[in-house]
Amino acid sequence: MNALAIIFAYANNDKLKELTEKRTPASVPIGGRYRVVDFALSNMINSNITKVGIITRNNYQSLMDHVGNGKEWDLSRKRDGLYILPPYAQYDSNMQEYGGWIDALSAAMTFIRRSREKYVVLTTGEYVCNIDYEEVLAQHEKSEADITCIYRRDDRGTTGDIAYTLEGDRITDVLLGAGVEGEQNMSMDMFIIERQMLENLVREAAMRGQKSLARDIIRRHLNTLKIFGYEFKGYARRVDSVQAYMQINMDMLQEDVREELFNNPNGRIYTKVRDEMPAQYLEGARVRNSLVADGCIIEGEVENCVLARGVRIGKGAKVSNSIILQKSEVLAEAHLEHVIVDKDAIVRTGRTLIGRENLPVLIGKGMVI
Amino acid sequence: MYLKKNCIAMLLAGGQGSRLGVLTKRMAKPAIPFGGKYRIIDFPLSNCINSGIDTVGVLTQYQPYVLNSYIGNGQPWDMDRIRGGVSILPPYVRGKDGEWYTGTANAIYQNINYIDMNDPEYVLLLSGDHIYKMDYDRMLREHVANKADATIAVLEVPMQEASRFGIMNADEDGRITEFEEKPKHPKSNKASMGIYIFTWKKLRHYLELDEQDPNSSKDFGKNIIPRMLADGQRMMAYNFSGYWKDVGTIDSLWEANMDLLKPNLLNLHDDGWRIYSRTPAQAPHYVGSDATVENSLLTEGSVVNGDVRDSVIFHGARIAKGAVVRKSIVMPDAVIGEDAVVEYAIVGENAKVGAKAVIGGPPRQGDPQIAVVGPDITVEDCAIVKPGEMMSADVAAR
Repeated sequence: MNALAIIFAYANNDKLKELTEKRTPASVPIGGRYRVVDFALSNMINSNITKVGIITRNNYQSLMDHVGNGKEWDLSRKRDGLYILPPYAQYDSNMQEYGGWIDALSAAMTFIRRSREKYVVLTTGEYVCNIDYEEVLAQHEKSEADITCIYRRDDRGTTGDIAYTLEGDRITDVLLGAGVEGEQNMSMDMFIIERQMLENLVREAAMRGQKSLARDIIRRHLNTLKIFGYEFKGYARRVDSVQAYMQINMDMLQEDVREELFNNPNGRIYTKVRDEMPAQYLEGARVRNSLVADGCIIEGEVENCVLARGVRIGKGAKVSNSIILQKSEVLAEAHLEHVIVDKDAIVRTGRTLIGRENLPVLIGKGMVI
Repeated sequence: MYLKKNCIAMLLAGGQGSRLGVLTKRMAKPAIPFGGKYRIIDFPLSNCINSGIDTVGVLTQYQPYVLNSYIGNGQPWDMDRIRGGVSILPPYVRGKDGEWYTGTANAIYQNINYIDMNDPEYVLLLSGDHIYKMDYDRMLREHVANKADATIAVLEVPMQEASRFGIMNADEDGRITEFEEKPKHPKSNKASMGIYIFTWKKLRHYLELDEQDPNSSKDFGKNIIPRMLADGQRMMAYNFSGYWKDVGTIDSLWEANMDLLKPNLLNLHDDGWRIYSRTPAQAPHYVGSDATVENSLLTEGSVVNGDVRDSVIFHGARIAKGAVVRKSIVMPDAVIGEDAVVEYAIVGENAKVGAKAVIGGPPRQGDPQIAVVGPDITVEDCAIVKPGEMMSADVAAR
């Protein structure tokens, strides 16, 4: 595909609480063995995009550890491959956070300008989906669009989301901070645009001190540019709150979601390989409707759960509707319902932790409870 | 020009493995899936890199395609190196001549150039059909300290089983005085593990000598070792204790998989001694609402909706609702249909077992008789594969 990709992985989100205390939403562990950004990265390589920049700002240690040189996504290459784009010193280094994608793109402009690909795919690193950008580009070229904005039909918009109004395939209005009732054309924060046009639009917007791609570029150019929508009809959810995080993990227990995300003819979802041994089920293990990663040792009862790599569930422990992240231990006779246990934590023998479906208990990284 | 390596490994992976029957029909023995996510060759390769040996020649001959593509550039074992790394060494034509590897010694002889290019002091010789964790560096340090010409790793086996092995008789300093292949009346229980370290200059000499002997069968156990002993070379035994299993037969392959379910036999959770493997990118395994799984190993990409006990389920395998799997090995991407019963069996890679089919069964008396369904074989609905049967063609309902 004649495109380079930019993944925005710098944003933080208070609604993910302790999950993003030491990491960005893009590097939150999900689905037992993945990080959220694995979906964005895998979608690129599966769409034959082999030049990928990841824009980072703060808290990117965890992300860097995970993506390394991009080898696991086949993005470690002599020519092109993976580029980590930390904040450039020459670009207003006093600024603590990027004010928006325009700030971030301005900082990454050298990388973009030096590329030779015709198109740029812009995407957030926070979506869980398996999407084929080649199909999006085919529509983009066929409709002779200047900008194609990818959206999904959804009624789960939250404040701060962006929705499009369409006439046919053409976008006629951009609703910001929607939170509007009912089903909307929700922006997936994914765009295709010609590289040179992007350079010009970002330069103009930056000169005027503008920050937001949706508000200051898309909305301002609705009448002067051909801006089209592309509806993505598959499974797509953004990791933007603890509730959404819980729901996405639980959605992965459904066969159709799992097949679409992980057994898709479009391509697999790649991640860092850990070389854990297969999961061990011991005598007394009782596991129902759960996703279990390698390296787990299970002696207790587990129902409706996602267990990440190397988790231990002790004898007589009961864990339901919960997510237990890498290397955490639930000791004997502990009882967990609606709990998210972050990495390397220990739930002691006999403890009981009960959350609610829309208000799970969150145990922070490395905590001993 | 390669710079000097202290020790390189040569891994014999060319054997046909005919005792494994249909499992080695399309792949060499070292490529056989093992332990849920591994192939046999992962063990010696991981042992090498964990022992600090980063240059390994893998000698292939029989059905090499699966093995070659599995090893690839050696990246999963951290052996994609600028110098050294893993090299596949098939037989090739030199000048006008060219021949297959006619024996283990001949295989190394034909690759003298490869070894010379790395210019090592020592050569570690390994087989591709053993399951074990071993620090070769400790053995090498003993070899060097003993100023030995050859060091052979030995394992103490029960005396009554000693006549099944090659037995090394050694003096109290560990110097080997005699080697007996499968002796009727063994004098010791130190069995050769098929793991050797040679001082390269010495070995090179004996390989050339052996090659010129028309009566030699060009084999390490039969020719090289006895000849070196007869010449009074300094041959030392290296005592290994720990789990080690030759998986050259259906029964031993099945047993070694079952051994992984027993605690404390072979610890694969060992962070300091990982066994690496090339894994397909698959989601964590899923266990359904009606499933039961106990005392088993499951790995990424498998989906279990049936009843699994005392079994090893490989990546991508699917066990349908109502199916019962006991004391069995279900290899990658195999499918077990609804209400099928699989007991004391090995179901090969990508095989399909139909609904209500019955594969194998518990032993009536004595040792279990392992049923085998070959790779890519389809067993139709309601068909029966009896205990101990080996299926190399599709099975119709009877």
